[in-house]
Amino acid sequence: MADNERNDRYDRFDRGDRGEGDRGRRSGGSRRRRTSRLTAEKIDYIDYKDVKLLQSFVPERGKITPRRISGLSAWQQRKLNEAIKRARNIALLPYTTH
Amino acid sequence: MRTYEIVFIVSPNTTEDDLHKLVSQLETTITERGGRIAKVDYTTLGRRKLAYPIGKFEEGIYTIIYLEGSGQEIAEVERRLRVSDLVIRHMVVRTDEDLKRAEKIKARRKVVAAGAGTEVEEELEEELEEGEDEGFES
Repeated sequence: MADNERNDRYDRFDRGDRGEGDRGRRSGGSRRRRTSRLTAEKIDYIDYKDVKLLQSFVPERGKITPRRISGLSAWQQRKLNEAIKRARNIALLPYTTH
Repeated sequence: MRTYEIVFIVSPNTTEDDLHKLVSQLETTITERGGRIAKVDYTTLGRRKLAYPIGKFEEGIYTIIYLEGSGQEIAEVERRLRVSDLVIRHMVVRTDEDLKRAEKIKARRKVVAAGAGTEVEEELEEELEEGEDEGFES
């Protein structure tokens, strides 16, 4: 479910719909999540070996989900980046998908 | 004392004997230099498909060595990994700082949970979320 939600949002952003105005911008859409998944699940250490977790932040294309969509804090996103890059280095995650 | 994780991938046609020989070699280099091996993990990752081919291999056998030491061991261990024909990729990660931080947050959360209220809880959550709301929204 979380996956779908994220992809939906991703699409919307990709269409350039940033929705600057405040009111009605999410009409019919999902409300902005206040806390991120990592906070909710109390994950304090993002392990580069946890492929499942990392994959949830790397859609098919292999790109890392940006912070505005992942909803992570600055620190969390930084650590996530680090972990993903480590995982890529040892071929647990792809750099790109063709 | 620092903690490190050494991950390396050996080619899929490596025999178990060769792998164990390599690991015990690494073990002696580490202990000779004052390091201590906490654990050697063959199974968590084990034999698995690589996310992308390395050289001509599509598959590899992962081994993780958890180690405590001063950091003096690492250079020699890395050199050996680089030199070995079996090893197709390796990486050394220092983990003590991040693990310590994670411990700290965990401990604090426990205090919060044991102690009273939602107020403190929210404070903690907010702190963890620090810096989230910059940019895009304004």
